[in-house]
This record gives sequence, structure tokens and C-alpha cells, in this order.
Amino acid sequence: MTMSDITHHISDRLMASYASGTLPHPYAVVVASHISMCDECRARYHSHLAAGGSVLSSLATETVSDDLRSRVFDLLDDAPAPEPKPKKRQGVYPAPVMEALKGKQPVWKSLGMGVKQSIISNDPEGSVRLLYIPGGKAVPEHGHSGLEMTLVLQGAFADEDGRYGVGDVEITDDEVDHVPVAEPGVACICLAATDGPLQFKAMMPRLLQPLFRI
Amino acid sequence: MIHLANRIVTVCMMQLSKEHAPLSKLPLGVVQAAARSAQGGIVTTEQQAAFSDQTVWMIAVRDSRDKAAFGQLFDFYAPRLKGMILRNGISGNHAEDIVQDVMLSVWHKAAQFDPHRSNVSAWVYQIARNRQIDMARKYNRPVPEALKVEERVDDDADQIVGLEQETDKLRTALANLPDDQRDMVEKAYLGELSHSDIHDQTGLPLGTIKSRIRLGLQRLRHELKELR
Repeated sequence: MTMSDITHHISDRLMASYASGTLPHPYAVVVASHISMCDECRARYHSHLAAGGSVLSSLATETVSDDLRSRVFDLLDDAPAPEPKPKKRQGVYPAPVMEALKGKQPVWKSLGMGVKQSIISNDPEGSVRLLYIPGGKAVPEHGHSGLEMTLVLQGAFADEDGRYGVGDVEITDDEVDHVPVAEPGVACICLAATDGPLQFKAMMPRLLQPLFRI
Repeated sequence: MIHLANRIVTVCMMQLSKEHAPLSKLPLGVVQAAARSAQGGIVTTEQQAAFSDQTVWMIAVRDSRDKAAFGQLFDFYAPRLKGMILRNGISGNHAEDIVQDVMLSVWHKAAQFDPHRSNVSAWVYQIARNRQIDMARKYNRPVPEALKVEERVDDDADQIVGLEQETDKLRTALANLPDDQRDMVEKAYLGELSHSDIHDQTGLPLGTIKSRIRLGLQRLRHELKELR
């Protein structure tokens, strides 16, 4: 993989939201993972932080109490609380995915036809999961509401909107009815996030659909 | 030629600080003298004039643990950080606790400050947003993988000045936005808008600053290749 191969990036709207800390956690996992793989978006992330910094530096000042300054100075020579050691990238999983997996390898559950998923989190705030799709197979449909972000970690898939290779992010809303298919060859591994819990009952019918209907 | 001389001075300074580390154990006068010559070794007077005060203070904190410079940073950022945190609906005393945490992080994490990728306000903003997310969230905050830099490479004054100029343009653009648009941008970056409420076109010239930051990243990767 070379960085310049990435053609599908994070939108400015989502990047601004990530930089300001308001992006729901499942999407933030995908954005942090994409930035880990994409220099273009790392630079864009920093440019949004620069915009945030400009807002901060031009804000009206609030009076701070006198003892705050002396309190901070009194604490300068104290050793800071140790921070947990960040997880490292393992194989195709960038550090933010390993962090979400708490350093463990994913636990895969079969969805049939060789397709597997590993749910990292699934609650009212949304879902984060890994998908494993053998080459040539379709990505199973899964009901969800709102935005879905899918980051390719290995292999590639294609749908009517284009081809998504390693590092590419596909962002779809619930209006879009699409059938992504993994490219023949190496299995496609994706990180997928939604902002609502997964609705499993919608998953089976799509598996039964013809595989090459693009 | 000047650049080469600067590099030599900087390398000498790095040797010096290795031999005498930690700097905090040295008498203050020695540290201040080291800071002065280190600064002289990195930037020309002309270039230094183009650095913002904040950058000069932050580099002094980073390289020579200069408490007076930290005091300047505190006096500039603490009242603005408090304003930002109050806008998020946090009460006065609690807001000051957060300001305290953020300013202590600025001091303790100073070694991570890289003026080729971030200006000081962007870096402080990032620390402050992170602190607020960490307090509000039950999950670990997802952070991008760090670039693999074991040793900090020399400062490149041209790069830093270039980024500062782009940052100035950004600040001017922000100030010149129509009121309603500026209000929207402020709300977005102060965490008052959801991602679906943020418009893609903010009216800010993010493209040019991005190019500068990309140069900084490339330089970093290039230096890393040389280190191998």
C-alpha cells in the first residue's frame, strides 16, 4: 500500500466534528484509523485543529482566579500521572482498532458463506465492528439508521459508487441501497461504524441475493 | 552556509543538553544562556521576528523548561480556555480545574510540541478538547497512531514561519467572516454543533494551511529516512 492510493477520504464536516470532539465514538474510531493510514487526512486533521486554535485564540477572555496561577506553578515540578501505553498496530489493524479491541485479536462469528464479523461495540451510541468478506463475495446487508462509515483494512470492495481499496472510507446514509462486493483474491477486511445499534434481522435476506448484482 | 552553521550549533546544543541532562537540575542562569544560544542557533533574528510570541514561549518551555515563558503562555491561554470551557456549560470552579489540567499538560507534554505541524493555539486547543472528551466519555478516546519519531529533529525556521503565516491568514479569514458564518464556525470548533449540523463549507481557507502541514509531515518522514 502506498499513501497516494487512497482516493476516498473523510469529509471536512466529519473531520471538523472529530477535531472538536463531538463525533460519536464509533465514527471517531474510523476517523482515527483512517488518519493513521492517510497522510492527506492527517494534514487535514491538523488544519482543522489550526482552525480550532484560531477560534480559541480569538475568544474573549474570562477572568481566572488568582490562586489558579499559583496552584498550577506549584504543581509544575510534580511528576505527571503515568499514561497507559498506547496500543500498537498489529498486522492490518491500525492502533485505534487495536485500542478498541483492547489489544486482543478479533473474535469472529460466521454470518454464512464465508463472511464473518467481529462486533467491537454495539449499544445505543452506535456500533463498531470488523467484517471479513472472502474475495468475490458480497458484503452482507445490515439494517442501520443514519450514516455508516466503512474503512478498508485489507483487500478491496466495489459498488456502484466506485472501488474502495486499503485506506479508503465509504460513507453512506440509509437512503442508499447498495451491494458492495469484495474483489476476487485476498479477503476484504473492513472496519464499519454506525451511530445506531445494529439491526440483525435485516441481515439474512441480503445474503441470499445474487452475488454479482452491482 | 548559514543553515549549515545553524545545524552545527543545534547539534552542539543537543550534545550539551545530553551531557548535562536533565536541564532542570542546572542553575537557572545556565539554562537561560543555553536557551538563548539554542534559539540563536535555530532562527535568524529576521525569522524570529516572524514567530508569534506564543511560539517563542512554547519553544522556550519545550527546550529549556523556561517557567517565565510558561507564565506568559498561562496568562494568554488560561483566560481563553476558561471562556471556551464555560461556553460548554461547565460551572466556574470546575472550569478552572479543567484549565489547570490543560495548562499542566502543556508543561508536561511540551516535548511533543512540533511547530512544523501545529501552531501553539492549535496544540493547546487539541489538548483542551481531548481533556473535555475524556471527562465526558465512557469509551477511550480514539487517537490516530503516532508517527514514529524517536528523536526530535532540528527546527526548520522557514517551515515554522510558513505555518505561522498560514495560521495568520486563517485567523484573519475567521475575523472577516460575516457574523452568522463566524458564529457557526465558532460553534463547530467549540463543540456546540453535531456533525450533521456542521456545513462542509466553513468559509475558512483550510487548503493552504493543509499544504503547509503536509510539507511539515513530508519533512518529518524525510528526516526519518535519513536517520535509518
